[in-house]
Amino acid sequence: MPFNPHTPDDVRQMLAAIGANKVDDLFDEIPKELRIEALAGIPDALNEMQIGRLMMARAAQDGLPLNFIGAGAYEHHIPAAVWAVTTRGEFYSAYTPYQAEASQGTLQLIYEYQTMISSLTGMEVSNASLYEGGSAVAEASLMAVRAHRKSKSQRILVPTTVHPNYRKVAVATASGQGVRFEEIPCPKGQLSLADLAKYQGEDITALVIQQPNFFGQLEDVDAITDWAHANGIFVIGSVNPTSLGILKPPGQWGAKGVDIACGDCQPLGVPLSSGGPYAGFLTTRMEYVRQMPGRIVGRTVDAIGKQGFALTLQAREQHIRRGKATSNICTNQGLLVTAATIYLSLLGPEGLARVANTSHQRANELIAALTRVKGVRVAFEGPRFHEAVLLLDRPVAPVIAQLAARGIVGGFDLSVDYPELGNALLVCATETRTAADIKAYADALTESLKAAVRAA
Amino acid sequence: MAMLKHPEKIIFEYSRPGRGAFGQWPTERGTPNDVASDIPENLLRKTPALLPEVSELEVVRHFTRLSQLNFSIDTHFYPLGSCTMKYNPKACNQYAMLPGFLNRHPLAPEPLGQGFLACMFELQEMLKEVTGMQGVALSPMAGAHGEFAGVAMIRAYHRARGDLARNEIIVPIAAHGTNPATATMCGCVVKEIPVNDEGDVDVEALKAAVGPNTAGIMLTNPSTCGVFERRIKEVAKIVHDAGGLLYYDGANLNAILGKVRPGDMGFDVIHMNLHKTFSTPHGGGGPGAGAVGVSARLLPFMPIPVVGQEGDKYRWLTEKDLPQSIGRLSAFMGNAGVLLRAYIYMRMLGREGMHRVGEYATLNANYLMARLAQAGFDPAYPTRRASHEFIITAKKQARDLGVTAMDFAKRLLDYGFHAPTTYFPLLVPECLLIEPTETESKEALDGFIDAMIAIQKEAETNADLVKSAPYTMTVRRLDDVRAARQLDLTWKPAAA
Amino acid sequence: MSEIPADLKYTKSHEWVRTLADGNVEVGITDHAQGALGDLVFVEVPDSGKALKVGDTFAVVESVKAASDVYAPVAGAVVEGNAALGSQPELINSEPYGAGWIMRLKPGGAPSGLLSAAEYQAHLAAEG
Repeated sequence: MPFNPHTPDDVRQMLAAIGANKVDDLFDEIPKELRIEALAGIPDALNEMQIGRLMMARAAQDGLPLNFIGAGAYEHHIPAAVWAVTTRGEFYSAYTPYQAEASQGTLQLIYEYQTMISSLTGMEVSNASLYEGGSAVAEASLMAVRAHRKSKSQRILVPTTVHPNYRKVAVATASGQGVRFEEIPCPKGQLSLADLAKYQGEDITALVIQQPNFFGQLEDVDAITDWAHANGIFVIGSVNPTSLGILKPPGQWGAKGVDIACGDCQPLGVPLSSGGPYAGFLTTRMEYVRQMPGRIVGRTVDAIGKQGFALTLQAREQHIRRGKATSNICTNQGLLVTAATIYLSLLGPEGLARVANTSHQRANELIAALTRVKGVRVAFEGPRFHEAVLLLDRPVAPVIAQLAARGIVGGFDLSVDYPELGNALLVCATETRTAADIKAYADALTESLKAAVRAA
Repeated sequence: MAMLKHPEKIIFEYSRPGRGAFGQWPTERGTPNDVASDIPENLLRKTPALLPEVSELEVVRHFTRLSQLNFSIDTHFYPLGSCTMKYNPKACNQYAMLPGFLNRHPLAPEPLGQGFLACMFELQEMLKEVTGMQGVALSPMAGAHGEFAGVAMIRAYHRARGDLARNEIIVPIAAHGTNPATATMCGCVVKEIPVNDEGDVDVEALKAAVGPNTAGIMLTNPSTCGVFERRIKEVAKIVHDAGGLLYYDGANLNAILGKVRPGDMGFDVIHMNLHKTFSTPHGGGGPGAGAVGVSARLLPFMPIPVVGQEGDKYRWLTEKDLPQSIGRLSAFMGNAGVLLRAYIYMRMLGREGMHRVGEYATLNANYLMARLAQAGFDPAYPTRRASHEFIITAKKQARDLGVTAMDFAKRLLDYGFHAPTTYFPLLVPECLLIEPTETESKEALDGFIDAMIAIQKEAETNADLVKSAPYTMTVRRLDDVRAARQLDLTWKPAAA
Repeated sequence: MSEIPADLKYTKSHEWVRTLADGNVEVGITDHAQGALGDLVFVEVPDSGKALKVGDTFAVVESVKAASDVYAPVAGAVVEGNAALGSQPELINSEPYGAGWIMRLKPGGAPSGLLSAAEYQAHLAAEG
């Protein structure tokens, strides 16, 4: 048993203190017919050398292809210091900071994170994280329903330019409580005031805007935010945190700024890791702080007046409010918040702006290189940030398969979620893609599209 | 190991304009400073965000020092009841962070993910085996998230049968707060039933509570009182006969791992806390993973995606394969890195090891309970065996000496032990819920016992000493009333 | 022992009711309740004009360890909530029957089913 320290002598002494004859006696309260003898389906134990060998083989099997997908998870350079410090045992194996005096490291770090992410999004206050960007939209919607005193409809408008999986997660999470998500189709790749016109004068609780949107296009956030507020609708801004290095933060959209900002911290020092763990962020105005789900850290003083940090406003949470809690969230994504905070500290405002700018440039270069290939054009005009939808002259899936065989992960096939777009491929480049990488992709794509299109 | 005694400045206090970790900034050709000219002016940021301007060494030093202000499993015995603070093997971290797994995009084509998917599929299979369930879905990202999935599946099951009246979820009053919170999130009504003096669910109250509106019951076994629900088969029958389903809160799975399987006890749906039972790191508050297991009748409703196997290839099963699924709970597939760590851990335990977990966790808990009882402390359920955890009540000390469970908890920090869970479950006054886990040695347990005995003596001779603890942390006891009344939730630069 | 003024009426859920000279009633929570909650950090008071039935939640009182609903003992329309509690929730701890009043209500009819001070005292003793 790899991690047990017990020797037979230990066991003997412990049983003697308990007054039992054998360890099995300690289970005598469990009905005999429930006891299992063997777990036949579990393989024999592997020691560390053996499991290491197996995992290295499996990881190698998947290789290290060149990545050009964004679609909500972005490959950025992660400074070595981020995970060297984050995986320190004192962060990695610490628990939720309920005993504040023994957790000042984690608590202070969360306070610093709350400060950074509030400012990055242009809002006043943040929580200590949610699971990820998709569930953040769900939680923001539920929060809007709680906070918006004048609206009773629980209708949340969600343009189709919001990440399709975020929309699915929101429905799966929040419709059980009566929240109704209504999709606004955006065939032009952007939400327009014309699309919203038909909701004028109706009782709508909130509108979700994603910036940049799922297609990489930039929305007209000022006009849309002002329209929503003029109609008594809360605005939820789902944003990419790297983009906020150069883009106007949601707290400054329109005349008043959004009511709730949310998104995923993944681009901030968290690797792609096959899909998770990431970390959702949620920020808002002070007036709504009590409606915010999740943990919150506050600064206070101790018994002799020294500065310290503690979880606060816990009465909103499940362990106190139980059936009337703002959310059932308990464990969140603390370790990833640690990584994001270290990342933001290393980059600072200038570094983050450079990452954003460079990513934007690389994406422009990628789009230019790929649209030079015969059979490829952009789907949507207008300003965009680090992603774009390309239209191919043939179905996307086989092209992706051919690129994969050459070690290139070419993009995300949109035909399942957006069949109306046709042969659409979402591509992305960040500061990590070099000119050579882009050329390799363009060359491979040229090869792939060389064959004439078969007649339909 | 020195725990940092002096407070650490807030990182913004190190900022100096123009300072930065320059080695981390992109420097290639291009216009690093010029703002992108193809983005309209009105969409661009005018003022930079409040982020620190510090050197790389300052960042490393600051956060390293912050880490030294924490208790952690790596540094301290951490007997938090209901949290299962067992050793997080370093191998799990090392191999989960291999570049092939770490750099893989979740939407990369499946042929480029067969190694990863093999691990996920095998994890599903192993979790099915240890829990006795027919299907496992890995995407819920924490225990509470798994609970949500479980209750949502129960609701979906009843609705699919046309039984729309069933919206009541029965919960024992000792349940973890996430249980009723989850029921409410699923649009259900919570019905609480009492627990008797021996820690078992009140079966008579249960019989009165079930009816045509019963969707199901949420139970933990062993319960949050730290004892095995002895009449579980009866409870299962009562609920099933009334047409309801049984939900198992797997927070205490560590007690019975390899000994009893929830599927065999009659549970229809369970969630597992992989960050408890399967030793993935607690990380200062997550990430967790709340995989769910289901019986055959709930298979169609599992949250997607789930890993499927076709011949020798693995693929994701999605909306097309599970049209009655409760849906996606994660934009991608959940906390993949956490799942990999759980997989590695389970492979390192193997069949034999899986049996031993429950055994040694229970041995450690019973030893601790026996020695503390012998030293004069009061177990809440003295006639019962401890499961992997047990409750000591300090109500005698509170009444006679004015020293509460909270005071014991704070003074334990000075003795170098993280406190047990306090004030949960709510129904035991002044409770300390103690869970040693199987990875602790007899010496660690003896040290904890000695500390408790010493604090009891202090409480008897110098109660004020205990009541004002801790003394040796970076801070003394914190004013959490002030933290809630005067909300200071973000750092602000001093007015110029 | 908690204070229970003889001239007020009470509910089993620890609210008190005072009839004012103008016929309105004033409602708050008892000394026992504030002691059980601990230091209050936040109070949510109702807006004027809100209509209440007996048993409706009209306020939430929050301490660091609990957040409790406060239930209307009498039906009617809210005249005003105690605005002072916004910045000084601790008034409920220090003066639960005085400056810590939570709302004033125009009753829809004569209050009924309320406990006398002696009955409330007995109720507290029975609760244990």
